[in-house]
Amino acid sequence: MIKGHRNHPLWYAYALHRVSGLTLVLFLPLHFYVLSLALTQPQRLDGFLHWTEIPAVKFAEMGLVFLLSVHLLGGIRLLVLELLPWSPRQKTWAALAAGGALFVSGTFLLNAV
Amino acid sequence: MDIRLYMAQRLSAIIMIPLVFGHLGVMIYAIQGGLSASEILSRTQGSVFWFLFYGLFVIAVSVHGAIGLRTILSEFLRLNDLALDAIMWGFGLVSIFMGARAVSAVTWL
Repeated sequence: MIKGHRNHPLWYAYALHRVSGLTLVLFLPLHFYVLSLALTQPQRLDGFLHWTEIPAVKFAEMGLVFLLSVHLLGGIRLLVLELLPWSPRQKTWAALAAGGALFVSGTFLLNAV
Repeated sequence: MDIRLYMAQRLSAIIMIPLVFGHLGVMIYAIQGGLSASEILSRTQGSVFWFLFYGLFVIAVSVHGAIGLRTILSEFLRLNDLALDAIMWGFGLVSIFMGARAVSAVTWL
Protein backbone atom coordinates (compact mmCIF):
# COMPACT_ATOMS: atom_id res chain seq x y z
CA MET A 1 0.00 0.00 0.00
CA ILE A 2 1.24 3.45 -0.95
CA LYS A 3 1.74 5.71 2.06
CA GLY A 4 -0.26 8.94 2.12
CA HIS A 5 2.70 11.25 1.74
CA ARG A 6 3.71 9.40 -1.41
CA ASN A 7 0.34 9.77 -3.08
CA HIS A 8 1.15 13.32 -4.11
CA PRO A 9 2.27 14.78 -7.46
CA LEU A 10 5.39 16.30 -5.91
CA TRP A 11 6.47 12.95 -4.46
CA TYR A 12 6.28 11.52 -7.99
CA ALA A 13 8.29 14.51 -9.23
CA TYR A 14 10.97 13.65 -6.62
CA ALA A 15 10.93 9.95 -7.57
CA LEU A 16 11.14 10.74 -11.29
CA HIS A 17 14.11 13.05 -10.67
CA ARG A 18 15.93 10.29 -8.74
CA VAL A 19 15.14 7.56 -11.29
CA SER A 20 16.03 9.73 -14.31
CA GLY A 21 19.26 10.92 -12.65
CA LEU A 22 20.36 7.40 -11.76
CA THR A 23 19.58 6.03 -15.24
CA LEU A 24 21.45 8.88 -16.92
CA VAL A 25 24.47 8.45 -14.65
CA LEU A 26 24.63 4.73 -15.50
CA PHE A 27 24.21 5.47 -19.23
CA LEU A 28 26.98 8.09 -19.27
CA PRO A 29 30.06 5.77 -19.24
CA LEU A 30 28.54 3.70 -22.08
CA HIS A 31 27.86 6.88 -24.07
CA PHE A 32 31.47 8.07 -23.59
CA TYR A 33 32.85 4.63 -24.47
CA VAL A 34 30.91 4.45 -27.76
CA LEU A 35 32.01 7.95 -28.81
CA SER A 36 35.65 7.20 -28.05
CA LEU A 37 35.45 4.33 -30.56
CA ALA A 38 35.73 7.09 -33.19
CA LEU A 39 39.35 7.42 -32.05
CA THR A 40 40.28 3.76 -31.67
CA GLN A 41 37.98 1.63 -33.86
CA PRO A 42 35.92 3.70 -36.37
CA GLN A 43 34.49 0.53 -38.00
CA ARG A 44 33.06 -0.63 -34.69
CA LEU A 45 31.46 2.81 -34.15
CA ASP A 46 29.70 2.52 -37.51
CA GLY A 47 28.64 -1.01 -36.66
CA PHE A 48 27.17 0.26 -33.41
CA LEU A 49 25.41 3.19 -35.12
CA HIS A 50 23.95 0.72 -37.62
CA TRP A 51 22.52 -1.23 -34.67
CA THR A 52 20.72 1.95 -33.52
CA GLU A 53 18.57 1.79 -36.67
CA ILE A 54 16.48 -0.96 -35.05
CA PRO A 55 13.05 0.50 -34.09
CA ALA A 56 13.20 -0.89 -30.53
CA VAL A 57 16.55 0.87 -30.02
CA LYS A 58 15.01 4.13 -31.28
CA PHE A 59 12.24 3.80 -28.70
CA ALA A 60 14.89 3.18 -26.03
CA GLU A 61 16.67 6.33 -27.27
CA MET A 62 13.40 8.22 -26.95
CA GLY A 63 13.28 6.99 -23.36
CA LEU A 64 16.77 8.39 -22.73
CA VAL A 65 15.85 11.72 -24.34
CA PHE A 66 12.71 11.79 -22.19
CA LEU A 67 14.74 11.12 -19.03
CA LEU A 68 17.28 13.82 -19.95
CA SER A 69 14.53 16.37 -20.68
CA VAL A 70 12.52 15.53 -17.58
CA HIS A 71 15.67 15.71 -15.40
CA LEU A 72 16.50 19.09 -16.96
CA LEU A 73 13.02 20.54 -16.50
CA GLY A 74 12.56 18.93 -13.07
CA GLY A 75 15.97 20.33 -12.08
CA ILE A 76 14.95 23.81 -13.21
CA ARG A 77 11.78 23.38 -11.10
CA LEU A 78 13.97 22.56 -8.08
CA LEU A 79 16.23 25.55 -8.67
CA VAL A 80 13.19 27.82 -9.04
CA LEU A 81 11.81 26.47 -5.74
CA GLU A 82 15.11 26.90 -3.92
CA LEU A 83 16.28 30.18 -5.38
CA LEU A 84 13.03 32.05 -6.03
CA PRO A 85 10.20 32.80 -3.58
CA TRP A 86 7.65 30.00 -3.13
CA SER A 87 4.48 30.16 -5.19
CA PRO A 88 1.33 28.06 -5.50
CA ARG A 89 2.39 27.23 -9.05
CA GLN A 90 4.80 24.44 -7.99
CA LYS A 91 2.57 21.66 -9.26
CA THR A 92 2.17 23.43 -12.59
CA TRP A 93 5.97 23.40 -12.96
CA ALA A 94 6.10 19.67 -12.28
CA ALA A 95 3.42 19.03 -14.89
CA LEU A 96 5.19 21.32 -17.37
CA ALA A 97 8.44 19.37 -16.87
CA ALA A 98 6.75 16.08 -17.77
CA GLY A 99 4.77 17.59 -20.65
CA GLY A 100 7.74 19.47 -22.07
CA ALA A 101 9.92 16.34 -21.89
CA LEU A 102 7.26 14.35 -23.75
CA PHE A 103 7.19 17.07 -26.41
CA VAL A 104 11.00 17.12 -26.82
CA SER A 105 11.36 13.32 -26.92
CA GLY A 106 8.33 13.02 -29.23
CA THR A 107 9.96 15.46 -31.65
CA PHE A 108 13.12 13.34 -31.45
CA LEU A 109 11.17 10.17 -32.29
CA LEU A 110 9.32 11.82 -35.19
CA ASN A 111 12.68 12.68 -36.72
CA ALA A 112 14.12 9.24 -35.92
CA VAL A 113 11.46 7.08 -37.61
CA MET B 1 25.07 16.56 2.86
CA ASP B 2 28.16 18.69 2.96
CA ILE B 3 27.31 22.30 2.04
CA ARG B 4 30.17 22.35 -0.51
CA LEU B 5 28.74 19.29 -2.28
CA TYR B 6 25.30 20.91 -2.23
CA MET B 7 26.68 24.11 -3.80
CA ALA B 8 28.75 22.18 -6.39
CA GLN B 9 25.61 20.22 -7.31
CA ARG B 10 23.55 23.42 -7.82
CA LEU B 11 26.37 25.24 -9.65
CA SER B 12 27.00 22.34 -12.06
CA ALA B 13 23.23 22.14 -12.64
CA ILE B 14 23.00 25.84 -13.53
CA ILE B 15 26.00 25.54 -15.89
CA MET B 16 24.35 22.59 -17.63
CA ILE B 17 20.92 24.20 -18.24
CA PRO B 18 21.94 25.85 -21.56
CA LEU B 19 24.24 22.90 -22.43
CA VAL B 20 21.43 20.32 -22.10
CA PHE B 21 19.03 22.47 -24.13
CA GLY B 22 21.77 22.68 -26.79
CA HIS B 23 22.44 18.93 -26.63
CA LEU B 24 18.72 18.13 -27.02
CA GLY B 25 18.62 20.39 -30.08
CA VAL B 26 21.74 18.74 -31.58
CA MET B 27 20.25 15.26 -31.03
CA ILE B 28 16.93 16.10 -32.67
CA TYR B 29 18.78 17.70 -35.59
CA ALA B 30 21.45 15.00 -35.96
CA ILE B 31 19.17 11.94 -35.75
CA GLN B 32 17.41 12.87 -39.01
CA GLY B 33 18.31 10.34 -41.70
CA GLY B 34 20.18 8.14 -39.20
CA LEU B 35 23.66 8.48 -37.73
CA SER B 36 27.06 7.53 -39.11
CA ALA B 37 30.57 8.00 -37.79
CA SER B 38 31.58 10.15 -40.77
CA GLU B 39 28.50 12.37 -40.36
CA ILE B 40 29.22 12.95 -36.66
CA LEU B 41 32.90 13.61 -37.28
CA SER B 42 32.23 16.01 -40.19
CA ARG B 43 30.22 18.14 -37.77
CA THR B 44 32.56 18.01 -34.80
CA GLN B 45 36.15 17.44 -35.98
CA GLY B 46 38.38 20.48 -35.66
CA SER B 47 35.61 22.55 -34.10
CA VAL B 48 36.82 24.71 -31.21
CA PHE B 49 33.19 25.53 -30.35
CA TRP B 50 32.10 21.91 -29.93
CA PHE B 51 35.35 21.09 -28.08
CA LEU B 52 34.63 23.84 -25.52
CA PHE B 53 30.88 23.08 -25.41
CA TYR B 54 31.26 19.36 -24.77
CA GLY B 55 34.48 19.78 -22.75
CA LEU B 56 32.62 21.99 -20.26
CA PHE B 57 29.65 19.59 -20.41
CA VAL B 58 31.86 16.60 -19.49
CA ILE B 59 33.34 18.38 -16.47
CA ALA B 60 29.95 19.61 -15.22
CA VAL B 61 28.16 16.30 -15.78
CA SER B 62 30.94 14.34 -14.06
CA VAL B 63 30.71 16.56 -10.97
CA HIS B 64 26.89 16.51 -11.04
CA GLY B 65 26.59 12.77 -11.68
CA ALA B 66 29.13 11.83 -9.01
CA ILE B 67 27.44 13.94 -6.32
CA GLY B 68 23.98 12.77 -7.41
CA LEU B 69 25.07 9.14 -7.24
CA ARG B 70 26.42 9.76 -3.72
CA THR B 71 23.09 11.34 -2.69
CA ILE B 72 21.00 8.44 -4.04
CA LEU B 73 23.28 5.83 -2.43
CA SER B 74 23.14 7.65 0.90
CA GLU B 75 19.33 7.62 0.75
CA PHE B 76 18.86 3.99 -0.19
CA LEU B 77 21.86 2.12 1.24
CA ARG B 78 23.42 2.25 4.68
CA LEU B 79 26.93 3.20 3.62
CA ASN B 80 29.32 5.21 5.75
CA ASP B 81 30.74 8.54 4.58
CA LEU B 82 34.08 7.00 3.61
CA ALA B 83 32.45 4.52 1.24
CA LEU B 84 30.14 7.21 -0.19
CA ASP B 85 33.09 9.54 -0.81
CA ALA B 86 35.14 6.75 -2.40
CA ILE B 87 32.31 5.90 -4.82
CA MET B 88 31.73 9.59 -5.60
CA TRP B 89 35.40 10.28 -6.37
CA GLY B 90 35.80 7.00 -8.25
CA PHE B 91 32.81 7.64 -10.48
CA GLY B 92 33.68 11.31 -11.01
CA LEU B 93 37.28 10.68 -12.03
CA VAL B 94 36.42 7.75 -14.33
CA SER B 95 33.66 9.87 -15.90
CA ILE B 96 35.98 12.85 -16.51
CA PHE B 97 38.63 10.57 -18.02
CA MET B 98 36.19 8.71 -20.30
CA GLY B 99 34.40 11.94 -21.22
CA ALA B 100 37.64 13.74 -22.09
CA ARG B 101 38.59 10.76 -24.26
CA ALA B 102 35.21 10.86 -26.02
CA VAL B 103 35.35 14.63 -26.63
CA SER B 104 38.90 14.44 -28.00
CA ALA B 105 37.90 11.47 -30.18
CA VAL B 106 35.20 13.43 -31.97
CA THR B 107 36.65 16.97 -32.00
CA TRP B 108 40.40 16.39 -32.55
CA LEU B 109 41.59 16.56 -36.13
